Amino acid sequence: MGFIPNKLSDLPAGAAFEGGHPTTHTGNWRIFKPVLNKDKCRNCLLCWIFCPEAVIKKGSDNVEITYDFCKGCGICANECPTKAIEMVKEG
Amino acid sequence: MIKLQDITEEELLYGSLACAGCGGIIALRMALKVLGKNTVLVLPAGCLMATCGFFPQMAVNVPLVSTAFPSTPSTVSGLVAGLKVKGKEDITVLGVAGDGGTADIGLQALSGSVERGENFVYICYDNEAYMNTGGQRSSETPYGAWTTTTPVGRNKMWEDKPKKDLLRILAAHNIPYAARTSISHPREYMDSVRKAKETKGPAVIHVLAPCPSGWGTDTSKTVELARLAVETGIWEMAEYENGKYKVTKIIKNRKPVKEYIKAQGRYRHLPDEEIEKMQKQVDEYWKAMS
Amino acid sequence: MGKREFINGNNAVAYGVKLARAEIVAAYPITPQTKIVEQISEFISNGEMNAEFIKVESEHTAMSACYAASCTGARTFTATSSQGLLYMFEMMQFTSGQRRPVVMANVNRAISPPWTIWLDHQDSISTRDAGWIQIYVESAQEALDTTIQCFKVAENKEVLTPVMICLDAFVLSHTEELVDIPEQAEIDRFLPPFEPDYKVDVNRPLTIAAGTAPNLYMEFRFTQQQGMLKAINLWKKADEEFGRLVGRSYGGVVENYKCSDADVILVTMGSLSSTAKDVVDSLREQGTRAGLAKLRLYRPFPEKEIFDALKSAKAIGVVDRSLSFGFEGSVFSDVKAALYNNNCCIPGVNFIVGLGGRDVTADDLKKMYDKLQYIQKNGKAEQTVEFIGLRWSE
Repeated sequence: MGFIPNKLSDLPAGAAFEGGHPTTHTGNWRIFKPVLNKDKCRNCLLCWIFCPEAVIKKGSDNVEITYDFCKGCGICANECPTKAIEMVKEG
Repeated sequence: MIKLQDITEEELLYGSLACAGCGGIIALRMALKVLGKNTVLVLPAGCLMATCGFFPQMAVNVPLVSTAFPSTPSTVSGLVAGLKVKGKEDITVLGVAGDGGTADIGLQALSGSVERGENFVYICYDNEAYMNTGGQRSSETPYGAWTTTTPVGRNKMWEDKPKKDLLRILAAHNIPYAARTSISHPREYMDSVRKAKETKGPAVIHVLAPCPSGWGTDTSKTVELARLAVETGIWEMAEYENGKYKVTKIIKNRKPVKEYIKAQGRYRHLPDEEIEKMQKQVDEYWKAMS
Repeated sequence: MGKREFINGNNAVAYGVKLARAEIVAAYPITPQTKIVEQISEFISNGEMNAEFIKVESEHTAMSACYAASCTGARTFTATSSQGLLYMFEMMQFTSGQRRPVVMANVNRAISPPWTIWLDHQDSISTRDAGWIQIYVESAQEALDTTIQCFKVAENKEVLTPVMICLDAFVLSHTEELVDIPEQAEIDRFLPPFEPDYKVDVNRPLTIAAGTAPNLYMEFRFTQQQGMLKAINLWKKADEEFGRLVGRSYGGVVENYKCSDADVILVTMGSLSSTAKDVVDSLREQGTRAGLAKLRLYRPFPEKEIFDALKSAKAIGVVDRSLSFGFEGSVFSDVKAALYNNNCCIPGVNFIVGLGGRDVTADDLKKMYDKLQYIQKNGKAEQTVEFIGLRWSE
């Protein structure tokens, strides 16, 4: 999960850290969870391209939603032309 | 036009600490999908830097050079020159700043970088106020909007100036390519990014990127609102290319401005006659453009 | 042995930049600096120098561009003066905080208002705490040689700190003297190419100038301080090595001019030191044991070296060409702090001189030494801060 310094000599010269290593799973911010109804999904990829968190993955027949970084904003459900995504309150 | 099916699955931006439903993040993610790994990103002080570049939450997977608020275009200039002398001119240098960082504090530097004809892509994600500092008005805050420095009170009611026209400012530089676009239109927006990348010389994209927290809207409505801005004719999709200003999306039956205004908390105070005034202005603009 | 040319301090800096093989120059015009970048432009136009010159629209942009260019691993230079330096202030901190070894020539010019283009040190001293190494020179020759030394020290992996070389407006910038211009091969032996460990690389995507929480910020500042402090010894080494390879050196970080047995010593920075050395010589001829400590390196402050130069004096005077309003000259404060840190208390006085280009003559300097002899006799100074050459004081 990226670079965590443990002593002074671990520090880079100036704050320069390897990118692409988010450590906090922002999924725990979520109140509503997007749930996909695969039967309704036409794989148009609009939810995929609009998702700010890049948590929707392309699939062969339908998209797949992952939850580690999903903040539950609901854009995917709002934009889905076939209403294939439902926002369900987290238990 | 770009097809969504052809766009890479590679994610160069993920795990940001931005608010849920952030339009700015959508704009940056889409841009990086087009530009790819061979890109250097410049971010100044602002929401994107604060949410994508704070250790240990390193959300950007291309080289990112952060800089001071006025310095996005000038940092871009330094990178372009540095990469040139290092024989790495194939790398795309991308500057991304908000409306304040671009149209206010960064405008002089942007004018310089554009005028010098340097080869870069610059994206201004416009959420129409200084959102990272809590929503103060910028020169891109539209008429009628509430912000924390244009609060609605007894003596002064709301933002009383229209938006600064960034695209025409760039056109006045005779820039090789500039576009005004919206995150609600991913194909058009990403096509602009692709064009910007292919342009030899400076290319600037002004993209509407709603901010749920600052606009007083539901997180799920970010894209819908951006689309409404286009469909009501408030946000004109346009390009400046080869010395010509061109409207890129003509809306046949424009939706009422009221639909857009009423959907946002930042206009909650606005009386109907003001909305009618705005409608009139929009109608007059489109009449003049046709 | 290279060639000899009759050139001014600005030209000399430009030659230094060329010999150092700087790859990026980003600069904005301001008097009296402009000749440096004009000369560099000519070198580039003539094909004598292989560099990109970004003709920016402001000093703020100049420093932003230098910061960014240095992030690509390019050897980077800029030059400015006075108001221009102040306009760079924000980006100077990005450059130092992110450990980019940019080199900048600041041609010392007073700050407005009142409007002026003449010499004093208020500009560079005002940026003292921006995390830049500051070195002051006395002659055009020293300006050329020191410009090259700047890159050597700045780029050292233990230092990685930007350097400002300060040269006095007009007295140095516009006055011609005979200057030895070293051979490129000599300089290439002295100054290896710049190869930083942390730079823009698409195969190793770093977030440069990342944000940190309070749990890490202070450690970055601490390492910055460590890097700065290492520059003291490394500059002495660089000056010695330069002397071995090119045949000239400048006494390291503090030039000790007849201080060893001196009773009265003045501390100076910049071009004034030449006049002061003449005054020391003539005083010595008359039997006064006078000395001069020429401070080259101002930040990091060479407290041990300055203490060594001053420790046996009976009275010291510190000549400041700037003023920390509401207190005294900053060099005076720093010299006193260095003595205190070494358990040493010598009576001393601060001379504020030459603000906004007022001439500082040999007579003025002679009066300062007289004052020091008076202090030596009385064992204490009556007044800690004295303005020299003031037309009216009440």
